[in-house]
Amino acid sequence: MTVTTLTINGELVSASPGASVLEAARENGVEIPTLCELEGISSAGACRLCLVEISGTPRLQPACVTAATEGMEVQTDSERLNRYRRMILELLFAERNHICPVCVANGHCELQSRAIENGMDHVRFSYQHPDLSVDITHERFGIDQDRCILCTRCVRVCDELEGAHTWDVAGRGTKSRVITDLNQPWGESDTCTSCAKCVEACPTGAIFRKGSSVGEMEHRRDRIRFIADARKKKEWSP
Amino acid sequence: MSGNTKTITIDPVTRLEGHAKITIHQDKNGDVTDARFHITEFRGFEKFCEGRPVWEMPAITGRICGICPVSHLLASAKAGDDILAVAIPREATRLRRLMNLGQFLQSHALSFFHLSAPDLLLGMDGDPATRNVFGLMKEAPDLAREGIRLRQFGQIVIECLGGKKIHPSWAVPGGVSAPLSEENRSLLRERLPEALQTVQKALSLFQEIAPKFAAEAAALGDFPSLFMGLVGENGVWEHYEGKLRFGDSEGAIVADGIDPRDYRTYIGEAVESWSYLKFPYYKKHGYPEGMYRVGPLARLNICESMGTPRAEAAWQAFRQTSGGKPVTSSFYYHYARLVEMLAAVERIESGLNEPEVLSDHVRADAGINRLHGVGASEAPRGTLFHDYTVDRQGLIQKCNLIIATGQNNLAMNRTVLQAAQHYIKGDSIPEGLLNRIEAGVRSFDPCLSCSTHAFGQMPLQVVLYGPDGGTLDERTRD
Repeated sequence: MTVTTLTINGELVSASPGASVLEAARENGVEIPTLCELEGISSAGACRLCLVEISGTPRLQPACVTAATEGMEVQTDSERLNRYRRMILELLFAERNHICPVCVANGHCELQSRAIENGMDHVRFSYQHPDLSVDITHERFGIDQDRCILCTRCVRVCDELEGAHTWDVAGRGTKSRVITDLNQPWGESDTCTSCAKCVEACPTGAIFRKGSSVGEMEHRRDRIRFIADARKKKEWSP
Repeated sequence: MSGNTKTITIDPVTRLEGHAKITIHQDKNGDVTDARFHITEFRGFEKFCEGRPVWEMPAITGRICGICPVSHLLASAKAGDDILAVAIPREATRLRRLMNLGQFLQSHALSFFHLSAPDLLLGMDGDPATRNVFGLMKEAPDLAREGIRLRQFGQIVIECLGGKKIHPSWAVPGGVSAPLSEENRSLLRERLPEALQTVQKALSLFQEIAPKFAAEAAALGDFPSLFMGLVGENGVWEHYEGKLRFGDSEGAIVADGIDPRDYRTYIGEAVESWSYLKFPYYKKHGYPEGMYRVGPLARLNICESMGTPRAEAAWQAFRQTSGGKPVTSSFYYHYARLVEMLAAVERIESGLNEPEVLSDHVRADAGINRLHGVGASEAPRGTLFHDYTVDRQGLIQKCNLIIATGQNNLAMNRTVLQAAQHYIKGDSIPEGLLNRIEAGVRSFDPCLSCSTHAFGQMPLQVVLYGPDGGTLDERTRD
């Protein structure tokens, strides 16, 4: 297969066959902010932070789930995009209860990092302050819905890499929640293997190791990548 | 003017940590009949902590205060230790003690040099525009600089252990999250001689000027009361562990050897409609007769020795202020703070010299082994209690915080009344007199943001003043 040739931010670049716009950008050293995307698992286009402008298309497209095509002209950085990205971040902060200074992931949170990179210094929307629960019935881990951004990384990593599919999403709209099994306490889940892939994948402090105090929840994304690579290359096959 | 009474309002009361106002009520003869210290802040921590995992509580409750976050951090971590039912590593206890001493030093230095020294050194009748830390920098630049550096040293102790000066999230149920490095120990040791020198200088200075304030000492909160605090074995001064002791103004021990877990047996909490701050009292004596004081003055009044040589000598001199008996004037809180700063410097030095202080065995791990836990520690302003009830997973079901400033509430009100009755006669109220009332409250170094953490109904007082400054109408919503 031949490479795809396209233009990103006015530069003529080539991308691997079948690459998404996000992958094409990364292959050529162009950074696009992401939140729900995680190397090693499928893309969901859930957070919309990686929106880009594509010539000939009036609507913005998520780079993670848009295929790079021959002759495509992509803009990854513009005032309009930054405005939308900031709005997305503000809406995420307003939607649930994100209190960085007392969060287990403070300093190790992708939502916090994206907000800092974007220069988001305040939220213009009304905080919703939903009354959400913390489930620490699992022996080793906990889920705090206050900090969940519904990126579905946990759902995908559990399904695609572990094959357990303990996590899923229930409800609609603002009532959407990630749940374990049939919306039962995590500690009572029959399918959870306690592999901790969801813990390592979570971009915020929503899924955490029990006993963590402020700022102690560091994530090991490299572990997810290692397992995904090994599976792809069939390193564990006899 | 409403009938035969007149209300004088001091709002805001300045150079305190937080916001408050004082109202003074006079009868037609101009005699003060009542005076109240109103706490007008509201926080809500006890309510919104419900549902949080107990492991997050030290860092959350540390946010109650920017002056003494360490006190909350430690009391909360101790309540967490109690819920895990673990004996934390000895090394972790040593490091927590060190951090608490750093906290004492920085908080007491702030109270003395930044907030109270302007009254003491520039005179209580001085121009309010210059009677502040900036005025102090102009009048006594060396002392101001040394005081600021002393506070900085206390902050550095906290930073070297917890990674940041304010709101470190370092103490956790089971111990602490990081050990002390050799490099940081050296850094702290280098600053110790200067800190010691500054404290000794301030102590000598206070002893020199104290006689000038004999009248204030007699009129600013000089009354008998109980005193409460933690004491170590054989009654030695304590700041982190130990048992509770109540003593009276004559030096008699009223209750002793109390496990802080049993505080509810001894301490009741009353509520008044005109303040957000609760009024704790010693249960056996009832409300409000069970008034007790906590903090530096109380700790030095109930202890039998200081445990370190320089502080011991300073403590002996302090107790001589009242012929060896407990010191009853709240004015001498300032003196007590200086003695405690000396103790803190000495103990930081000996703590840093302990061979195990650099050990990395600083955290014990355990699950939820008790559904109820109490953590008590001495904050700079007095004994602090964190009392948590959790479910089987460790989520907070109930949270009760008893703060030092709250425990001094009855005594602060008494101080305001005593000062008002002494100084205010008739309609003429010179600036200096109001200053003395404020200074009376300031001697307790109250931290109002800390002490109004509870959730409750908002009391609202509306006072309508006429052109002559008198009260025309007053409505109160309870």
